[in-house]
Amino acid sequence: MIMKKIFYILFITLVTVSVSAQNAEQIIQEVDKNISAKSQIAESTMTVHGKRNSRTMTAKSYTIGDEKSFTEYLSPAREKGTKMLKLAKEMWVYSPSTDRTIMISGHMLRQSVMGSDLSYEDMMEDRKLTEMYTPTLAGGETIDGRKCYVVKLTAKVNDVAYHSQKMWVDTERLVPLKQELYAKSGQLLKQITLSDIKRIQNRWFPTKMNYKDMLKDGKGTEYTITNIQFDKDIPATIFSKASLKQ
Amino acid sequence: MYRFLWKGIIRDRNRSLLPVLVVTIGVFAVVFSSGFIEGTLDNMIRTTADFQTGHLKVMTRAYLNNEEQKPNDLALLESDALQEKLTKDFSGVEWTPRIFFGGLLDIPDRNGETKAQGPVSGTAYDLLSPGSREAERIGLQQSLVSGHGIQRPDEIIISYDFADRYQVHPGDTVTFFGSTMYGSMSFANYTVAGVARFGIAQLDRGAVILDISDARLLLDMDNAASELFGFLPGNLYDSEQAERIKESFNRQHTAETDEYTPVMVQLADQDFMGQMLAYMDVVSLAIVILLVFALAIVLWNAGILSSIRRYNEFGVRLAMGEEKKHIYRTLLVESLFIGIIGSVVGTTLGVALCYYLQDHGIDYSAMMDSVNMMIDPVLHARVTRQLYFIGFIPGVLSMFIGSALAGTAIYRRNTAMLFKELD
Repeated sequence: MIMKKIFYILFITLVTVSVSAQNAEQIIQEVDKNISAKSQIAESTMTVHGKRNSRTMTAKSYTIGDEKSFTEYLSPAREKGTKMLKLAKEMWVYSPSTDRTIMISGHMLRQSVMGSDLSYEDMMEDRKLTEMYTPTLAGGETIDGRKCYVVKLTAKVNDVAYHSQKMWVDTERLVPLKQELYAKSGQLLKQITLSDIKRIQNRWFPTKMNYKDMLKDGKGTEYTITNIQFDKDIPATIFSKASLKQ
Repeated sequence: MYRFLWKGIIRDRNRSLLPVLVVTIGVFAVVFSSGFIEGTLDNMIRTTADFQTGHLKVMTRAYLNNEEQKPNDLALLESDALQEKLTKDFSGVEWTPRIFFGGLLDIPDRNGETKAQGPVSGTAYDLLSPGSREAERIGLQQSLVSGHGIQRPDEIIISYDFADRYQVHPGDTVTFFGSTMYGSMSFANYTVAGVARFGIAQLDRGAVILDISDARLLLDMDNAASELFGFLPGNLYDSEQAERIKESFNRQHTAETDEYTPVMVQLADQDFMGQMLAYMDVVSLAIVILLVFALAIVLWNAGILSSIRRYNEFGVRLAMGEEKKHIYRTLLVESLFIGIIGSVVGTTLGVALCYYLQDHGIDYSAMMDSVNMMIDPVLHARVTRQLYFIGFIPGVLSMFIGSALAGTAIYRRNTAMLFKELD
């Protein structure tokens, strides 16, 4: 009788855990469906809050999956014409003032982009969460009046920028409203707040993000998407080093 | 009596020359060694001051609190006006702006794409302004392995190991890639003017030098500077003078609470230099004390020996009826005169040589395999107030004391035994 009870309790626990794991997996899959796309064409502004002033840059970017990305900075004058190209794991920056294409690699990828709280690695990372992380459900919370799942993500591949994440996912729209990114040591490295969720082409998408580098003082970087199109055809010629100089 | 004794010393060179020479050489050795030690320590201080600390330095309070990171976003703005004010308020002090930065140096191939790339740390000096002594101060010319110094805008000096590793030569074009003081990307092409040996492994691996006008354009630091370096007159560090200037400047800004208010520090306040200077003072004092002690022993001995040599003379004089007291007094006065002559000559020669080395130095670069920026290949001495008495006093006193001790034997001479001795 007792054995039967123990077996029953174990069975319920296992089912709950596996259901919960399944739920966490499903949640992250839905997040990926909203956030990732076969291709994106986006116009954005990035406001960097420095110690002495704030700067706003505008850019237009083209992305195909997680392999190809091309960004051109449109303003202000100092940044205008600067272009970045990412192909697989390699990245190049073109500067019109020097007419030079410079490859960025290694530890440089961890450096800040334009003085923002984003690194080149952050900008390059476009893989689906389900490809990189194993999710587990860690409860629920409310953010700005929205009920959220709290999902913990642990890296299942070696080549990730952040060993683990904690994500607050809107239960209704299945988009993240907040993310905390951690190093392997458990140190909190970045905090991202996502807001202004809009319905665009049958998906929910956050158009405002605030990135905060937790190792630095300051107000962080505001990244706003002013226009975005998903799954459009993008000419392959854009993703070439030749296009950097055009 | 004194005139008689003085004439005796001057005319009887057989008797006086050797003691005077001994005192002269001993005093000269102490004076010159002391000046030379001061000069060597000055060289060490000079290197630190020229490259890292200045004798005085002005930066913003926020920058000072994070100084090891060299944060250009906290740099001094309107630095030209501040520099003018400092020049007016503290005449004789030479002020110069510097900018510290870091980034990547990218070497292009024929197609303009990256052939090689390496991280570099850079310093921008005021090299092109008329009358600027920065190039001389950092020993740029003698540290060049190839090429020439910066002679025009858009030129860059790179370090020897970096040039060697990436096969970069004078005349090549390189691109610097970094961040402005506001965080934007910054790119600039430069022509390699020369390749220099810095003398520190870390710098030789990847250091560059730019003119400050180029750095200001590159880093969006118009009329700004990371730090304003100040150098005291004659490029000689005087901690009391530096402290007075620092206190005077900081008093003017005490009421301001803004984190970008300029603040001045002096050499002893930075990089544990205060402790280093105190340590160097103790070491140099110990060395000087040892030298003076050795001089005193030598001259004391010389005094004793010169008196012992004259025992027969004393005996004759006693036999002739001269009083012991009188003989002793003349002995002491003679030793005083000899000590004074030797000490004056020795001190004069020592100080003269120190003056020469202070102004001109001895260049031993020809004996070195390679000259670099950090090691000054010129030996200097330094003339201080102490040199005028550090050899003089022991030179006079030691001779005097030695003679006084040896001369006490006069009082033990037994007149009755004199004739036996004369036999």
